[in-house]
Amino acid sequence: MTPLIWLESVIKDYPSEAGVFRALTDVSLQIFPGELVSIMGPSGSGKSTCMNIIGCLDTVTQGRYRFNGQDTATLAEDDLARLRGQGIGFIFQGFNLLPRLSATANVGLPMVYAGADAASRKARAGDLLASVGLADKLGSKPTQLSGGQQQRVAIARALANAPQLLLADEPTGALDSKTGVEVLALFRRLNEEKGVTVVIVTHDPEVARATNRVVRIQDGRIVHDGPPDDVALFGVREAQPA
Amino acid sequence: MTSPLFAAMFAEAWGALLANRLRSLLTMLGMIIGVSAVILMLAIGGGVQREVSASISGLGSNLLIITAGSGRSGGIFGGAGTGATLKIDDAEAIATLPNVIAAAPSTAVPAQVVAGPTNWATNVSGVTPSWFVVNEWQASEGRIFTEREDRAGARVAVIGQTVAEKLFGARDAQGQLIRIKGVTFTVIGVLDRRGQGFGGQDRDDQIAVPLTSSTRLLQANEFRGTIRNISVSIASAEALEPATDDIIRLLRRLHRLRPGEQDDFQVANLTAITDTLTVATKAVSLLLAAIGSISLVVGGIGIMNIMLVSVTERTREIGIRMAIGASRAAIRLQFLMEALMLSLIGCGIGVLLGTSLATLADNFIGFQTEITPAAVLVAFAVSAAIGIFFGWWPANRAARLSPIEALRS
Repeated sequence: MTPLIWLESVIKDYPSEAGVFRALTDVSLQIFPGELVSIMGPSGSGKSTCMNIIGCLDTVTQGRYRFNGQDTATLAEDDLARLRGQGIGFIFQGFNLLPRLSATANVGLPMVYAGADAASRKARAGDLLASVGLADKLGSKPTQLSGGQQQRVAIARALANAPQLLLADEPTGALDSKTGVEVLALFRRLNEEKGVTVVIVTHDPEVARATNRVVRIQDGRIVHDGPPDDVALFGVREAQPA
Repeated sequence: MTSPLFAAMFAEAWGALLANRLRSLLTMLGMIIGVSAVILMLAIGGGVQREVSASISGLGSNLLIITAGSGRSGGIFGGAGTGATLKIDDAEAIATLPNVIAAAPSTAVPAQVVAGPTNWATNVSGVTPSWFVVNEWQASEGRIFTEREDRAGARVAVIGQTVAEKLFGARDAQGQLIRIKGVTFTVIGVLDRRGQGFGGQDRDDQIAVPLTSSTRLLQANEFRGTIRNISVSIASAEALEPATDDIIRLLRRLHRLRPGEQDDFQVANLTAITDTLTVATKAVSLLLAAIGSISLVVGGIGIMNIMLVSVTERTREIGIRMAIGASRAAIRLQFLMEALMLSLIGCGIGVLLGTSLATLADNFIGFQTEITPAAVLVAFAVSAAIGIFFGWWPANRAARLSPIEALRS
């Protein structure tokens, strides 16, 4: 089976005042279709860089990143945009809905860029919003929705073009714990019922615990990769909090 | 690029303008002022142009002047009009041609005119009453002579303003007697003032007497029965060319000229002068429009300015759009559409404003301004060009953002 996400000895350097900053050092990772994975690490560990590369928002300095078997280094700018729009669904910590647009229009936006016509966009956006429990909020603007509702709109938007991968960056970071649990349950449901591969990037062990596999990154390296046990969640060197 | 994308970006651009109504309106203001200035200037220019061509046709733009050919004694050619080749019959025949409204024959004799103690050298034209019609010339005092007086060879004269001043000064010229070549004529009217003709000659310095009187009493023997020229008024400017051809053919036949033989007459019209004046007025209205279009450029820069601000403000939005699949072309399209919308809506309002200002101006400037569909079309085309030109840079700037940096902002 081809891994959906396949990082091979990836190095990512950024220019900085002190010379070159190495955000990722020799990261190799395979995530297969249907997995529910969290990438965990403290801030500055390189997990955001890792997410940007997986999401095709950024390119590797060295090494190779294959998405669904396709080497992303060979893709042109427009192909990457198409991949982001149709192969990957992004979910952000701050929801990142467009404030001027209704829930339906927000969900329909990825379909706009995929070239779908207005009628099919509206129909599918309605279905998706209903599937995340927002059938009565189709015309609402983001400001008229609670945080949990906004994040569900964002998840519906991420699903718009039926992507192979849902890529969530701290999806519960801006939510209260109860709503956060609901959102995580939604991810699990999508993963189990629809077989969508879900990758959640988080610093929160409780979020990581809700996934099936934890990839732990520290100082730009993968330091642990396994099921969400205490070692994975709290690290080897850190003792469990008293 | 798909048409649903196009339609969606159109809707988005519209939404963005509505979301910032005041700012959008202020940004459009430059275009509004520019376009209304251009429209107003073109309207005034068009009005001036029409006014000028109207006064030119008053001078006789639809007028053909047929002059007798050169006289000839032995091998010596005289100047134009010195020959005795045109007859009154020619004028009558021309009057029956299609497109010809009237054909007025006239003679011209230079003469020393005497009135009491004063005298003045001027031109005495023998004319029929139709001459006054063809030249659209009326008497400002008294009257012009009638058909009957003409046929009877009455000794009456209608004099130009200059002649009246020279001979009678401030006194009333009407009813006065003048002597032309020893023949006494009664002044029955003074023509209204015409000023200079196109050649610079003083058109008020002449006397008109009935053609019959002129040919009987004033003309030299060898010219008797002949006329010097025929003024022909033609129905329309378009008919000038065919009418000229008809007249030449007719006169050649009447004069029994063989093929290859030279015309013994000349046909002239004033279109060359009309064309020159039209070009001049067109240049003036173009100049006016050029001045107006400077403010259009300023309006365009205003749009560019606000679009740059808008791109900076919406960096994050651009990042989100890129993350969910927007290509750079799609981002560029969105912002270009916004700039285009600003300029075209501004143009629409400007056209309305300019039109109403022009209508308002009609009441003050004493002539009708003229707004042509072409002017409106050009205004829209130029505005679209300005929108694209000044929107391109901000749109491109948005399209070239890096998605991660845009998202991070």
